[in-house]
Amino acid sequence: MNDGLTRKRLGRAALNGAGIVVFLFAVFPVYWMISTAFKPNDQIFTTEFIPFPSPPSLDHISRVFTKGVAGHSIWQYLLNSAIVAVSAVALGAVFALLAATAVARFRFRFRTSFLILLLIVQMVPAEALLISLFTMVKRLGMYDQLIGLVVINVGLTLPFSVWMLRTFVAAVPKEVEEAAWIDGASRFSTFWRVLFPLVAPGLVATSIFSFITTWNEFAYALTLINDQGKYTMPVALQFFVGQRSTDWGGIMAASTLMTIPVLIFFLLVQRRMVSGLVAGAVKG
Amino acid sequence: MTTHTSTAARGGDNSSAPARRPRQSPHRSSGLPDWVVPYVLLLPGLLVIAALLLYPLYQIIDMSFHKVGLAQIKAINPRPAEFVGVDNYTHIFESDLFWPSLRNTILFAAVTVALTLILGTLVGLLLNKLGKKMSMLVIVGIMAAWATPPTAQSVVWKWIFDSDSGVVNWSLNLVPTWLSELVFGVSDWSGHPWFNSTITIYFVFVLMVVWGAFPFIAVSVLAGLKSIPSELYEAAQMDGSGPFTTFRKVTFPLLKPVFSVLMVLSIIWDFKVFTQLYLLGGGTVNRDAFNLSLWSYAEAFSNPPKMGIGAAIAVVLTAILLVITFVYVRQIVKTEDDIR
Repeated sequence: MNDGLTRKRLGRAALNGAGIVVFLFAVFPVYWMISTAFKPNDQIFTTEFIPFPSPPSLDHISRVFTKGVAGHSIWQYLLNSAIVAVSAVALGAVFALLAATAVARFRFRFRTSFLILLLIVQMVPAEALLISLFTMVKRLGMYDQLIGLVVINVGLTLPFSVWMLRTFVAAVPKEVEEAAWIDGASRFSTFWRVLFPLVAPGLVATSIFSFITTWNEFAYALTLINDQGKYTMPVALQFFVGQRSTDWGGIMAASTLMTIPVLIFFLLVQRRMVSGLVAGAVKG
Repeated sequence: MTTHTSTAARGGDNSSAPARRPRQSPHRSSGLPDWVVPYVLLLPGLLVIAALLLYPLYQIIDMSFHKVGLAQIKAINPRPAEFVGVDNYTHIFESDLFWPSLRNTILFAAVTVALTLILGTLVGLLLNKLGKKMSMLVIVGIMAAWATPPTAQSVVWKWIFDSDSGVVNWSLNLVPTWLSELVFGVSDWSGHPWFNSTITIYFVFVLMVVWGAFPFIAVSVLAGLKSIPSELYEAAQMDGSGPFTTFRKVTFPLLKPVFSVLMVLSIIWDFKVFTQLYLLGGGTVNRDAFNLSLWSYAEAFSNPPKMGIGAAIAVVLTAILLVITFVYVRQIVKTEDDIR
């Protein structure tokens, strides 16, 4: 009996040990990014291993704001990223909500075809459309303008938004709307005053995903913008890399600042992300 | 997962809806006829998808049969593109870069998908066994990896593998010289470069993408495991089944739909990685390290631009992916009752 108990304890210790290893593997690069951002240069450019910045320095953080990179403070790039992401999310949310309501609330011809179309277009690699969207944006006079990026990101995020949002709309019991309808509410006010408040949490979750996708988007931001003052954060990052040497302190400070909003949003919606992506794969 | 399941349950016919259906009481004559409503709601989204995804898809195919250069893409008075038949395709199939980039694309996807799925599944199983506090800690840790934007991932890993001040070279220097010599054939790691040769670029690339992608697999597998009734495991244990047999005979068959979706999603994601490779390889400098995405970009946005050739490469990439997508769509249509 004693033997069994020892074995059980050993098993538990092994599991916890494995847990710690996974934790360290996952966290180390993120920790290293933040820690480097707070190290003075002589602790960065060294062949020694310095686990903690001692003492921590705010030099890099303040420098990326005041001096910036490529001629602009990173405020400018953060602002550009935020403008693109917020506009794309706001526009996308309207389109997605309408389409999701259509597929979740109505049975109509081509409904199945539309859902399958959504699945297929989600799988077309965005990178493959780069060339044709580039020529399109150029022809429409939206090259080198943030509006071009907004439009593109609405297109890139919409299929997934509709796909995810439809499960939230379908989760609202039909009876609630029917009751409002019987009470004489118009179609619009049924939608706006009854369905919308109930779907709002789902809409927030879906919007956060679109925000993260747009915030992180690199390939289009790289090709559609030429003016340095209009760069988004992901594109601006690479200008810390010089011909001869790289400003590691600056690039880590900027990366950290760029990662923070995503990290916060992520912890808020991680549960829904999984259910959205593998929706229907498991029958619980 | 529960979101969806409850949806299906509520959407069923056994709801306690009032017998008097509102549609049958047309007490408001204003507004649109009922059958038009879904189409009106769908229209804006459909237009966006048509304009920004379907039309570009058509256009990329069209461009791949044309010679498209600077004169064709300028905003004012563009000249019509010259039709060149399959010349662009012959050009890419005969190019020195075709086989290397196809090989890089496929090998990278195969290795990365396999490692991500194995590591993700193991971590998912581990999370299911761990105590509450410990599993919370590990979940928060893997979330941090998952949330890091691809551009930030790339610069951090580049820093970790930096030749002079990177932490990897520092730790490899701790290995006794004779051992390091024996295993790696390198005795001094100070200044050892990681981003000069294709093979080491890809080593870091695989490691980085696996690091960023296994959390999603782990959390999905965990969600799947939670949905398996514990009686099944008790029964298996009573029958004297060991942990490996239990996984093979109980867990795996039940989670098979999850695994197949995760696998297809991973293949699709790993087949077209652009951002991380672009940043690790230093843009389009290192031609040996191209995958299809990066090669397409390099051709299309070279100086002078060869958009037609870039488009042909993009078509090849999309064609491969659509074949894989077909498997995925069939799986989804089979498992989602809601779609039919």
